[in-house]
Amino acid sequence: MTLSVDIAHRQGNFMLETQFESAGRLTALFGPSGSGKSSLINIIAGLARPARGRVEVDGRVLVDTEKRVFVPRHRRRVGIVFQDARLFPHMSVAANLRYGRFFTPAAERYAEMDAVVDLLGIGALLDRRPSGLSGGEKQRVAIGRALLASPRLLLMDEPLASLDEARKAEIMPYIERLRDETKIPIVYVSHSVAEVARLASEVVVLSTGKVTAVGPAAAILQRLDLLPDEERGEGGALLETAVARQDAEFAMTVLASAAGEVRVPRLDLAVGAPVRLRIRARDVMIATERPHGLSALNVLAGRVVSIGTGEGASVDVHLDCDGATIVSRITRQSRQALELEPGREVFAVVKTVSFDSANTAAGLREEADM
Amino acid sequence: MNWLTDLTPDEWNAVRLSIKVATVAMLASLPPGILIALLLARGRFWGKTLLNGVVHLPLVLPPVVTGYLLLLAFGRRGPAGAFLAEHFGIVFSFRWTGAALACAVMGFPLMVRAIRLSVEAVDRRLEAAAGTLGANVGWVFATVTLPLILPGIIAGMILSFAKAMGEFGATITFVSNIPGETQTLPSAIYTFTQVPGGDEGALRLTLISIIISMAALVVSEALARRVGRRLDLA
Repeated sequence: MTLSVDIAHRQGNFMLETQFESAGRLTALFGPSGSGKSSLINIIAGLARPARGRVEVDGRVLVDTEKRVFVPRHRRRVGIVFQDARLFPHMSVAANLRYGRFFTPAAERYAEMDAVVDLLGIGALLDRRPSGLSGGEKQRVAIGRALLASPRLLLMDEPLASLDEARKAEIMPYIERLRDETKIPIVYVSHSVAEVARLASEVVVLSTGKVTAVGPAAAILQRLDLLPDEERGEGGALLETAVARQDAEFAMTVLASAAGEVRVPRLDLAVGAPVRLRIRARDVMIATERPHGLSALNVLAGRVVSIGTGEGASVDVHLDCDGATIVSRITRQSRQALELEPGREVFAVVKTVSFDSANTAAGLREEADM
Repeated sequence: MNWLTDLTPDEWNAVRLSIKVATVAMLASLPPGILIALLLARGRFWGKTLLNGVVHLPLVLPPVVTGYLLLLAFGRRGPAGAFLAEHFGIVFSFRWTGAALACAVMGFPLMVRAIRLSVEAVDRRLEAAAGTLGANVGWVFATVTLPLILPGIIAGMILSFAKAMGEFGATITFVSNIPGETQTLPSAIYTFTQVPGGDEGALRLTLISIIISMAALVVSEALARRVGRRLDLA
């Protein structure tokens, strides 16, 4: 799938001027609230008309203001999952699910009711009314409803933003399955580094209506300067790892990564299972020699590649650990005291307990099989 | 109960005619009522205020004035009346159809108000969601908007029906008081009060009128509750 967007749109005083192309399986539109993410989604879905520009999905032009093309929303086959589920209150869950399916030409239906119900674990809800569902259940039904319209592209507009942490944790695995087990390309809007790190293959960073960066998730999230202020603390390195072995005695899982072994609190995964690991920059300490008498279990040898500039309290240090990038955020004072310079051999130190469910996730599987 | 059900043929006629006139008035004003309510709730066009005023006029004008205006327009020699009689064979003056027209016009603002309020309460984001699922404008209306405004439509229908059951001024001005043709319950009661010894008949028809109105109210409440449960609003 390729999504190509080049639009200019004015909303009051706000100017959305955006151009990007993405071919990722799950492209995250990432930026703080007010950066224009939702406007962009509405334009792609046909809920808003841009003043000028062009939107193309897989070579199919949805909007082209110059050629006066504007495909109406009901003919776009672009599914959308809204932040507030928007289930039809007068229909049962089953009727909600069947709604989009009814309007899809038979030849273009690829989503099957049973498979989708299974994928999202909503079999027990079919006879219920939307008002009786929890927030997490509503969102899963909304995802199913959008899927069953067999969309060419699925947009998800902050689908987790109105849920509490427990509900988010409940839905995340379903979105991961959606990404890995179906071939539908997804555009996922979020302002949360944790969600983007866990789900995205590609990231488009938006800031006040402009695209500031486009690239693979790992490359973007280690650039802390690209992240909005309130989320910067969540940024860091993204490592694709695999379960090496389980440590039953201490309830830990050992992950094999390019940078070396990393110990995290126990994950219920089989040996060999892919795990995407986010190491927050603020959780990484730097030592100039291998530390002794330290409780932290993960010590990764590496070399300083670059050191950020700035007059603030902290600087970001990028390390190369056997080909894998690790980012560490330390104080400017420490940097001076340790005399860190590019090229210097150092050790990155990460506590095992700094990993939790928010920064360990099932990794992207490469083959899609639905 | 015998006293209540032992009606003279004329009284029976009045009861039957009233129900017929009120039902026809209610059903006939429903499609334009929904259309105008949608226009007023969502339309943005020149003359919206004017349309709103015209729709509400029967509510503020003396009924006799409305009836007289109907007579001028829809009477045999009135422009609309002559046209309809000539081309479609529809005659309003001094017919029960005229009574239904008068009742429909008088109940119209009440119906439009009730439906308009429910249209304004519909979450338009649900309609947008239906659109992205492949439903065109017509389907969105039929499958999302219409079911969601059903409580308002029921309320509007009942208001229109009740108004028609009680309509007197405009009806008697427009189509007079002809037993068996245009003499509805209120006209019949009025006639009874004008003749010596008519008290009993007036009281009987009054009670029947109360029963019919109460029944309409009960039915509407039950319907609204059922729809409300379906919508999970109750």
